[in-house]
Amino acid sequence: MSAHQHAEGLMSHEPEKVTMEGRNKILGFWLFLGAETVLFGTLFSAFVALRHNVGDGPKASELFELPTVFAATMILLFSSLMSVFAVQAMHRHQVKAMIGWLVATVVLGLGFLGLEITEFTTYVSEGHKMNTSAFSSSFYTLVGFHGAHVAFGVLWITLLILQILKKGLTVVTAPKIYVSAIYWHFIDVVWVFIFTVVYLMGKVAA
Amino acid sequence: MKRLIPLLAGMVLLLSACGGKSDLSTLKPQGPVAQEQFDLMKLSISIMALVVVVVFAICIYVLIRFRRRKGDNAIPKQVEGNHKLEIIWTVIPLVLLLILGVPTINSVFKLSKDYTHDKNAIQVKVTAHQYWWEFEYPQYGITTAQELVVPTDKKVAFEIASSDVTHAFWIPSIGGKIDANSGVSNKMYLDFPKEGVFKGKCAELCGPSHSLMDFKAKAVDPASFDRWVAAMKEPAKYSDDAAIKAAFENKCLACHAVGETNTGASAPNLTGVGSRLTIGGILYNDEKPVEDNLKEWITDPQKVKPGATMPSAEDIGLTKDELDGIAKYLANYKLDY
Amino acid sequence: MAAHAANAAHAHHGHKVKRYKGLMDWLTTVDHKKIGILYLLAGGLFFGVGGLEALLIRIQLIKPMNDFVGADTFNELITMHGTTMIFLGAMPMLFALMNAVIPLQIGARDVAFPFLNALGFWTFFFGGVLLNISWFAGNVPDAGWTSYVPLASPTYNSGHGVDYYVIGLQIAGIGTLLGGVNFMATIINMRAPGMSFMRMPMFTWTIFITSALIVFAFPVLTVGLVALMFDRLFQANFFETGSGGSAVLWEHVFWVFGHPEVYILILPAFGVISEVVSTFSRKRLFGYSSMVFATVLIAFLGFMVWAHHMFTTGLGPVANALFSIATMLIAVPTGVKIFNWLFTLWGGSIRFTTSSMFAIGFIPTFVMGGVTGVMLAVAPADYQYHDSYFVVAHFHYVIVGGLIFGIFAGLFYWWPKMFGRMLNEGLGKLTFWTFFAGFHLTFFVQHFLGLMGMPRRVWTYLPGQDFDTMNVISTIGAFLMGVGVIVFLINIFVTAAKPRNAKADAWEDGRSLEWSIPSPPPEYNFKQLPLVRNYDAWWRVKMDGQAEMPAAEPPGPIHMPSPSIMPLIMSIGLFIGGFGFMYDKLYLAIGGIGITLVCMLLRSVFDDHGFHIEEDEQEKGVHA
Repeated sequence: MSAHQHAEGLMSHEPEKVTMEGRNKILGFWLFLGAETVLFGTLFSAFVALRHNVGDGPKASELFELPTVFAATMILLFSSLMSVFAVQAMHRHQVKAMIGWLVATVVLGLGFLGLEITEFTTYVSEGHKMNTSAFSSSFYTLVGFHGAHVAFGVLWITLLILQILKKGLTVVTAPKIYVSAIYWHFIDVVWVFIFTVVYLMGKVAA
Repeated sequence: MKRLIPLLAGMVLLLSACGGKSDLSTLKPQGPVAQEQFDLMKLSISIMALVVVVVFAICIYVLIRFRRRKGDNAIPKQVEGNHKLEIIWTVIPLVLLLILGVPTINSVFKLSKDYTHDKNAIQVKVTAHQYWWEFEYPQYGITTAQELVVPTDKKVAFEIASSDVTHAFWIPSIGGKIDANSGVSNKMYLDFPKEGVFKGKCAELCGPSHSLMDFKAKAVDPASFDRWVAAMKEPAKYSDDAAIKAAFENKCLACHAVGETNTGASAPNLTGVGSRLTIGGILYNDEKPVEDNLKEWITDPQKVKPGATMPSAEDIGLTKDELDGIAKYLANYKLDY
Repeated sequence: MAAHAANAAHAHHGHKVKRYKGLMDWLTTVDHKKIGILYLLAGGLFFGVGGLEALLIRIQLIKPMNDFVGADTFNELITMHGTTMIFLGAMPMLFALMNAVIPLQIGARDVAFPFLNALGFWTFFFGGVLLNISWFAGNVPDAGWTSYVPLASPTYNSGHGVDYYVIGLQIAGIGTLLGGVNFMATIINMRAPGMSFMRMPMFTWTIFITSALIVFAFPVLTVGLVALMFDRLFQANFFETGSGGSAVLWEHVFWVFGHPEVYILILPAFGVISEVVSTFSRKRLFGYSSMVFATVLIAFLGFMVWAHHMFTTGLGPVANALFSIATMLIAVPTGVKIFNWLFTLWGGSIRFTTSSMFAIGFIPTFVMGGVTGVMLAVAPADYQYHDSYFVVAHFHYVIVGGLIFGIFAGLFYWWPKMFGRMLNEGLGKLTFWTFFAGFHLTFFVQHFLGLMGMPRRVWTYLPGQDFDTMNVISTIGAFLMGVGVIVFLINIFVTAAKPRNAKADAWEDGRSLEWSIPSPPPEYNFKQLPLVRNYDAWWRVKMDGQAEMPAAEPPGPIHMPSPSIMPLIMSIGLFIGGFGFMYDKLYLAIGGIGITLVCMLLRSVFDDHGFHIEEDEQEKGVHA
């Protein structure tokens, strides 16, 4: 099943689910996200267990700048919205529009990464490093893992845009777009939890 | 069922018959805590033996009765299941678990009672080190090592922590273990109603000499305990030989302590070490003279306990005479109680 | 891949795919049957290494104050024995059976992700190799397979030993996780037409649940290992108690993973026993639906009981009481399984083969391991059992007496399906008796050693504690088990020299789909996908007097995925990167991970069109 059903496949409203490979890919990816949920769940648990152990380092309430983080949150939420539009465009077979939305997704993703990197550099300059305290270690690991996921997503979606430009929207490329969109929403949801548990609770629990 | 009862009784008897040494075995409890745990063991072993016997019986019967005979090509009846049977073997285990679960919960709460603020209990702060045990008695302001001394008439409330890696404090014939964690302390109580010496062990892997991290718990009558406390509080004794005393103070007391000197020491308190049952927890003084054991230990602790942090006599530049003198002095440093 | 192969127009079949022979065929294969054999080879190799370590341990403990190996070496041996046996011996051998059997049992031509399947194998293999290189590097992990901190923390373990544990398991764990996702997706999406969930063979069910456990438990270990790695390599403070970290946190993380891991190991064995018992008693599995339900329940409860490994950690009476009761509850579904097996045998026509002997030997042995499990659940009594030889006896009863017996039963049962040859029954029975006797001799006495006050993981013990005799018995038993394994190896070689003549339905009483196709199956497994109408589909078809499964599709060209060397290269990349991290060589770390990422990029950019096996080629029979 295979790449041979382009014509038939693109007639479909959901080109990502035409082939067995496509359906397998989507199911497998959902399962993978199940594993990712457990992974982040464990990171959250470790963070919650250790977040008050700041040692000589700065406390969460002294450290966090909520406006910046709120801006980052909004950027990521909008990025996620862009990828929703991209998938909708794909379902309407509007390849150009889809690429446009995907580019917007990537650009906003890069914006988020830029803010996060600035944020981390500020923290480090304020004496909040990986080895400062148990709080700092678990903070950088949790938020850093999320950041690495965003970075991977940006690279991945960029690669997919290039592929679409070269190969067009086919029953092989459609599942990739779809799966990357699920991934991107997942990353967004994780961030919402980080924003709440790490930043808001960090500010409040002072 | 009737036939099973003697069988179970027999099993329990067997357990306590071939049950090891009375100063070490969980099967020969020497105090109420170990006794309670042993009772739970007996209850659970009896229930479980019942299960094992039933399964074995069905298994053997089936294997004999339903084995395929030569030339037998019949197709057995294909049975899907049997609701009545399936309910039976779901409900019976649940009932058995109930019988086991209730005393379990009871006992969990009973054994977790906190006596660390009870003035009638002896308070002992246990600190585990790689590979030795420190016992501090805050009520009396004394500290000893490797040999826990307790009276027979009082509860002993322990507060247990570690100064390095995780260890576990275990005196099998007196009661179960609890971990010595780094950074947080655990509480536990034990009773020692019988006079005697009971073996203690470290039960959590803590490095090369984990297997040699033994200690002794010595239960003595109340009067003797009071004499021991008084003797521990006396000013430290030193060697009469000034050179030996100097060597001891310079080279040993950098880490160790005697009497009141050097509190907060990083190595075992040596007050009255000559009257302890062992050196280093594992060199028995009834097998060889204390002095010889001390010499063996001081000469090269690493040889006795691999990975021990104490340097060898050579490392700290102890001369032959100094070593002999210190061993002799410590061997004669005895407490009368 | 192939369900709609027939729809594809003939003109599209022009993709030329290079097909390899010999060694390159094995290095590039994405065929689940070959990957199964690779898992068996590698798992068997590591099982042998772990076994040798076990023998060295038993020699050291044969007498008090023995100095056969040093204290450091002993701790390295126990650590590597446990880690190797669980992650690199037992699990891969389960994966071998999964790969060899699951697609056949569900009537599929391959797994959902053949490429990932190969990748999973190679990452496991290189993770295992990395871990074992520690023996040659002179820095061996020595903090136990549980790697408790602070003993495993940089403060108290400054060499690279624990780094090998962390990085090796991390890489091997990726492979396991991929396998879990793959088999879940395979079982959900790739079942033959008509095979509903409640018509799946029991082994498929247990693998389905095991895969789910892998997917939800392994990421926890991943995080634990990452945290320990950060502590060790980047001076993070997750477990540094001096800087606000928590040693108890590691215990939680490890056991939240570790307890489901126990069920990841044992559930597939339950599946094997179900198949074997039912086949060799010529009877339908008794209480199939309650078996399924029990499996699901055990898996579910498996996530709720981790703290029973921590009764002595000091979590307090409430936690101890709750986890006691939760743990005891697992006995109920497990008991259901035991009695279902016994009543499958009841009224059957039991044939004694090596496979069925291992399965039948499993039942009482596993019950003994199970009841000591319930005893351990009684928290106050556990204060006595914990970390004593009683625990060692218990978990060897469930893992060796349960899992390894199950693996032996499965290997003897499916060997003809995997290799087309029947293993020698005489040698097989000799393996059974020596291994069975040796096992009980080794581990039964250890219950008593523990109760008599012998802690586990002790390098040696003082004389005069009544430990001596039982330790001698235990060591003798261990050697007897070794003899059993050697006889099994001889059996493999003897069998390999014989002609490939196993019949399709090798035991004549096969019940599930794998016995309806040749032994070994052709590369594409099923020429036409079978149509499944009931549970025990193949048995029913035979009982109706038919010789073949009814087909669900007309014959046609079959589409196959292309072989690829990339899984191997990606794993080598991770392997190199692992060394880079360990020895602070940034260029190696980046280079190694870079190799893997570039492979991922290439895999994404260049589509795998696969190739087709035309009908005339199918007639020639393309064997695996």
